[in-house]
Amino acid sequence: MSTITPERQQTLTGADYPVIAPGHNFITVTEKIANIVLARRTPFGWLVGAAITFMMVMMLLYTIGYLVLTGVGIWGNNIPVAWAFDIINFVWWIGIGHAGTLISAILLLFRQDWRTSINRAAEAMTLFAVACAGLFPLLHVGRPWLAYWLFPYPNTMGMWPQFRSPLMWDVFAVSTYGTVSLLFWYTGLIPDLATMRDQARHPLVKKIYGVLAMGWRGSARHWHRYETVYLILAGLSTPLVLSVHTIVSFDFAVSLIPGWHTTIFPPYFVAGAIYSGFAMVLTLLIPIRKFYGLEDLITLRHMHQMAKVMLATGLIVAYGYLMEAFIGWYASGYEWFMMRNRALGPYAWAYWMLILCNIVIPQLLWSKRIRENMILLFLISIVVNTGMWLERFVIIVTSLYRDFLPSSWGMYAPRLWDFTMFFGTIGFFLFLMFIFIRLLPMISIFEVRTLLPQAKVRTEPEGATAHD
Amino acid sequence: MAREATPQELVQIRPRLSTLLHKAQQEQGRRFWRSLEELCETPEFIEYLQREFPHGASEWHDPVGRRRFLKLMGASLALAGLSGCVYQPQEKIVPYIRQPEEIVPGKPLFFATAMPFAGEAIGLLVRSNEGRPTKIEGNPQHPGSLGATDLWAQASILQLYDPDRSRTLLYLGDISSWSAFLGAVRTAMVNQGGKQGAGLRLLTETVISPTLADQIKALLQKYPAAKWHQYEPVTRDNVRLGAQMAFGQPVNAIYRFDQAARVVALDADFLFRGPGHLRYARDFANRRRVVADQKDMNRLYVAESSPTVTGSIADHRLPVKPSEIEALARAIAAGVGVGNVAAPTGEALAKYGSWIDAVVRDLDQHRGASIVVVGDEQPPVVHALGHAINAALGNVGRTVFYTDPVEANPVVQTESLRELVADMEAGRVEMLVILGGNPVYTAPADIPFRTALERVPLRIHLGLYRDETADLCHWHVPEAHYLESWSDARAYDGTVSIVQPLIAPLYQGKTAHEILAVLNDQPDRTSYDVVREYWQRQAGAADFERWWRRALHDGVVPDTAFTARTLSARTDFAAAPPTSTSAQGLEIVFRPDPSIYDGRFANLGWLQELPKPLTKLTWDNVIYLSPRTAERLGLDRVVGSRGGEVWSEIVELRFEGRTVRGPAYLVPGHPDDCVTVFMGYGRERAGRVGNKIGYNASAIRTTGAMWAGAGAELRRTGEAYQLASTQLHFLMEGRDLVRATILEEYMRNPEVVHERGHEPPEDLSLYPQYQYDGYRWAMAIDVSACIGCNACVVACQAENNIPVVGKEQVARSREMHWLRVDTYYEGDPENPTAYFQPIPCQQCEKAPCEVVCPVNATVHSAEGLNDMVYNRCVGTRYCSNNCPYKVRRFNYLLYQDWETPTYKMMRNPEVTIRSRGVMEKCTYCVQRIQAAKIEAEKDGRRVRDGEVLTACQAVCPTEAIVFGDLNDPNSRVAKLKAEKRNFSLLGELNTRPRTSYLAALRNPNPELKGA
Repeated sequence: MSTITPERQQTLTGADYPVIAPGHNFITVTEKIANIVLARRTPFGWLVGAAITFMMVMMLLYTIGYLVLTGVGIWGNNIPVAWAFDIINFVWWIGIGHAGTLISAILLLFRQDWRTSINRAAEAMTLFAVACAGLFPLLHVGRPWLAYWLFPYPNTMGMWPQFRSPLMWDVFAVSTYGTVSLLFWYTGLIPDLATMRDQARHPLVKKIYGVLAMGWRGSARHWHRYETVYLILAGLSTPLVLSVHTIVSFDFAVSLIPGWHTTIFPPYFVAGAIYSGFAMVLTLLIPIRKFYGLEDLITLRHMHQMAKVMLATGLIVAYGYLMEAFIGWYASGYEWFMMRNRALGPYAWAYWMLILCNIVIPQLLWSKRIRENMILLFLISIVVNTGMWLERFVIIVTSLYRDFLPSSWGMYAPRLWDFTMFFGTIGFFLFLMFIFIRLLPMISIFEVRTLLPQAKVRTEPEGATAHD
Repeated sequence: MAREATPQELVQIRPRLSTLLHKAQQEQGRRFWRSLEELCETPEFIEYLQREFPHGASEWHDPVGRRRFLKLMGASLALAGLSGCVYQPQEKIVPYIRQPEEIVPGKPLFFATAMPFAGEAIGLLVRSNEGRPTKIEGNPQHPGSLGATDLWAQASILQLYDPDRSRTLLYLGDISSWSAFLGAVRTAMVNQGGKQGAGLRLLTETVISPTLADQIKALLQKYPAAKWHQYEPVTRDNVRLGAQMAFGQPVNAIYRFDQAARVVALDADFLFRGPGHLRYARDFANRRRVVADQKDMNRLYVAESSPTVTGSIADHRLPVKPSEIEALARAIAAGVGVGNVAAPTGEALAKYGSWIDAVVRDLDQHRGASIVVVGDEQPPVVHALGHAINAALGNVGRTVFYTDPVEANPVVQTESLRELVADMEAGRVEMLVILGGNPVYTAPADIPFRTALERVPLRIHLGLYRDETADLCHWHVPEAHYLESWSDARAYDGTVSIVQPLIAPLYQGKTAHEILAVLNDQPDRTSYDVVREYWQRQAGAADFERWWRRALHDGVVPDTAFTARTLSARTDFAAAPPTSTSAQGLEIVFRPDPSIYDGRFANLGWLQELPKPLTKLTWDNVIYLSPRTAERLGLDRVVGSRGGEVWSEIVELRFEGRTVRGPAYLVPGHPDDCVTVFMGYGRERAGRVGNKIGYNASAIRTTGAMWAGAGAELRRTGEAYQLASTQLHFLMEGRDLVRATILEEYMRNPEVVHERGHEPPEDLSLYPQYQYDGYRWAMAIDVSACIGCNACVVACQAENNIPVVGKEQVARSREMHWLRVDTYYEGDPENPTAYFQPIPCQQCEKAPCEVVCPVNATVHSAEGLNDMVYNRCVGTRYCSNNCPYKVRRFNYLLYQDWETPTYKMMRNPEVTIRSRGVMEKCTYCVQRIQAAKIEAEKDGRRVRDGEVLTACQAVCPTEAIVFGDLNDPNSRVAKLKAEKRNFSLLGELNTRPRTSYLAALRNPNPELKGA
């Protein structure tokens, strides 16, 4: 692959907006980002947001406490629909996490320089989303105190987990994903933690960042090792982007329930995951960028790019829906019944809402003017997030509630505790985001610095290579 | 030192204690018992037992008294602790067949007894684990059971252990003692003695116990002016009156369905309830089972005014209004040539003309091999017509037999009750003894029993519960459950069974025999003495002990079945003009509830939660309407399933000036312009489970319309009401779930069953085939034989310790039944064909549940069972999602009652009590398989065919469920699976279920195609 020079990239991307606004230098970038964290005064808006989300965390803890003491019967799950909000939310959160990994790993390997201003926040989002996602499989089981039996560990019972079960694969996939994402994120943070250590004035703060920076001094050897590790981790993460949601989709595809038993699920789930992930990145970054005045660093260029990724993945997802319907018709019998029932049965509203949210409305993104209108883009990102949640609802609930024997058909209705659990995790997720914004540089300082013209001056005589 | 207690003293001690005492006296040489006995025998202790807690509490103020109180308290606690393991009745009871040398802990014993209920006794074998009865099975030697039981017998074990049963003797609502009661009765009886008992009245339910009848006879001899009344709400008055009409005397009709090729049921649910129903269902099904060596089927015509299970399996079912049945019977009678009967004319019957003609022709071709059976609820004239038709067809002596009545004293019970109430109102009753029953709740609305009762100066009630009647009586004596009692009872054919107790009364219960002994001034006589003495008189003294042991052991008293009598039916009654009906408004039909009967079982959660046949509703009684009538009333859009919930509208039903409010419900196949209401609900004092649910049909039931009436009005109220149903869809959606065909078609082409099915080849799997070297357990269920009676569902619940979850959880689709009976309708909603399909776990060979469990909690056994390992289950519920049959049940909450002590005694110790968060499902009764295998291994042989009966199989009256070893080619199950009718449910999914079904066969009359 030929090296993509900044000039070439400019021509490729239509020379629209720069990835960093003109007029910045190393110092302004560093201070701009580091000061958000190191500022003594906590912005009032942050306090309000953190307080609200903290209350949601308390609601979540209360729900979890009640759940563990009483049983999953506090939710609306029943016998034809034994999985509902629990697994919907799990898949939704896992999917959201995918954007972070895609941005940091795959776009790194593809040398997309626009990733640098958003990868940190996106990776943090990934971690928090995985944390939220992880709660559900853990707590949705009937006896959560025994959930560790899903791990293969040596025990006196001489029992292994059952390796044929997709849930087992899930355990590996999600735990690997969580671990690699954490390592990747933390590794990427180290140079910036050192910057924070150097910028901080308070000795205690200095100490803490110093410990976290693990002795980073920015020597050439450090940088060399850093770049190597980072590339290796990016290489490890890249297949994970594809594999995790593929395996999550196996939970459904391996079973025999019409609507689940579908070979198209792995690619369609991965595309959906990226789709929802980018939507969530937009949902988070548009207000943050506005609130902290980061328009210089997270520019319209980023917004454009993310909107375009959404548009592309959204079309893949649309193709998935179409194929599902086609295969349903082609297979006839139970599959076709399921498809018709999805589109015309009692949960048809969910299906058509899903089509509206995931296929129809995102087509607005074809328009440049809409991509540049932050309010509309934000609203569309919310719509896509809702649509992707509905997609999981449609897949899980509308497949289970009417399967093979009409005698055992039933309906599903969520209860109060389904909602407190779901919104509780949203609160938990946002609360972690608030903490992250306040305590860590939400944009990679050292990577953004490489985007500056300053960074390129010295390399010019030798011929341009981005960063090696 | 230890003085022998006199019998009088013994009687005064709580029975539990006396049991202990007796036991202790017999068990010589155990010092521990001795010392307790010493304690028990001190006069202070006896006094303490009779006194009440408040008295004891008062002793706190007296230092000496307090010390004694504490001492005694300690002793009584010690007793309570001990008595938990030794609730053995004091008299000798004789174990059935499998009698170990001694009681081996962990090894159940079986005792024969009988359940007297609804005018007949059902012979039972009751399993006893360490002295606790835990499961009821039918007695194969009993003619009314043949090994089967019905749902009520199954659930009666729960009634025994019901914690809401009345526990103490009450006087004016306060706890009192037996001695106080004896004193009161003695005074009253002395008083009555002076006037020949003119003020004494006895009110019982239908008495089928020869001993009790004998006791009552003795009482009436002593007090000739006293009167004995009988009443129960599901009364068979019309049967008695019909017999009177036809024969001039009360007789008992016995049908031999095994001899009948054609059966016409006139609103008779003879397969589901009524004397002999279990036997009839067995005989009927045997004439219907098309297998290798039987190619013909009987044919059942049913005309009915409310959909029943019998009607659902009929070859031809005709929904008719109750008022039309008499005309229908007359038309058939005229058709088959009963004298004095003219075929009724009129347009009403014109629409049934072809049906009647076909039935008449068919009956005519099967003279002597047909039965016309009339429902107990039908007016007397229809019964008389039924007798006349059977006589005209030459069935009497071939398929229909007449004997003496089973009841000891057949009376017209509504008249009897009316007479009693008249006496009470006139102040002629000074002392009323109510032995069983709950007349305050069940009396017809036009008999003011409640108000009249309050005028009686001394009211005594013996009952299992402190119910509506107990509350209005001065004295309430807790009744001993039949599993705690000595008694006797007659089966539908007169065969007597001795009722022997499995356990000493849990709550100081007394039997009717004991109360009568008290009335007869023999207060020291136990029911054992009474029953044994009676039979000693009957059997003669020679070697009575042997005779007695034999009778107890077998569960039937030899040679007590009535002999058939030759009677000729008169037909002069038919000359009377047909009863005219003014068809104003809706007609109303009263029926006992198919689960809780007349309300006596209202407090049994198993029955409340049992999905009622056809509607699958639980925890409520509803008002049945036909879809067309509902449409006319504008109810069709508001009643039915909305989303996952079943909603209905409360309607006000007005009948003869009285109203009830209940939820309306649409039932396909219900006759138009007619409603059915069900008794048994609307109880005020049933207990914690049964209180205040449903409406009370007795409130609008009158003596003039005990079973049906005309002129009801229905008014909408617009009030929505939620019902809990376990099945929301009753159509097969074009899927091949219950395969059904007609006999003619099947005989022409047996492959017709498999025409639409597609079963993949056996080796079509990624996973290797299992090898089954030992046993290969399998089940075959004959859909053709299943009558949907629900007995299997309750049996499964009893055997496998399945919890009850309550209405709210059922409405949320979380019922726990391991076995369910699916109902599907086919055809015209006016009169659809219904199929019942029991669905236990299919025990797939390629089980979808096994591969998806992440923790190996559901695994394949070497014998092909899908074993569920409860302690390994973490509860991901993936197995349930992946089960195409949705037979898995999840403990979403802690459904099992871990606290109630009596329930702990009830549970089957062989089956784990599941906690919350655990998946469970049918195991093919693996505990029974293991027990049989252990026995077989001890003898060094294989388990014999029929040695393992699953709970559902054992209870099934029609033997629709057959279980066995497929590796034995001669087993019944292997033979059934070789039948062409055999098919796998959802076999196209390649799950290879071990449970398979035999296609439903109907035998319609070719003349009535499409009817």
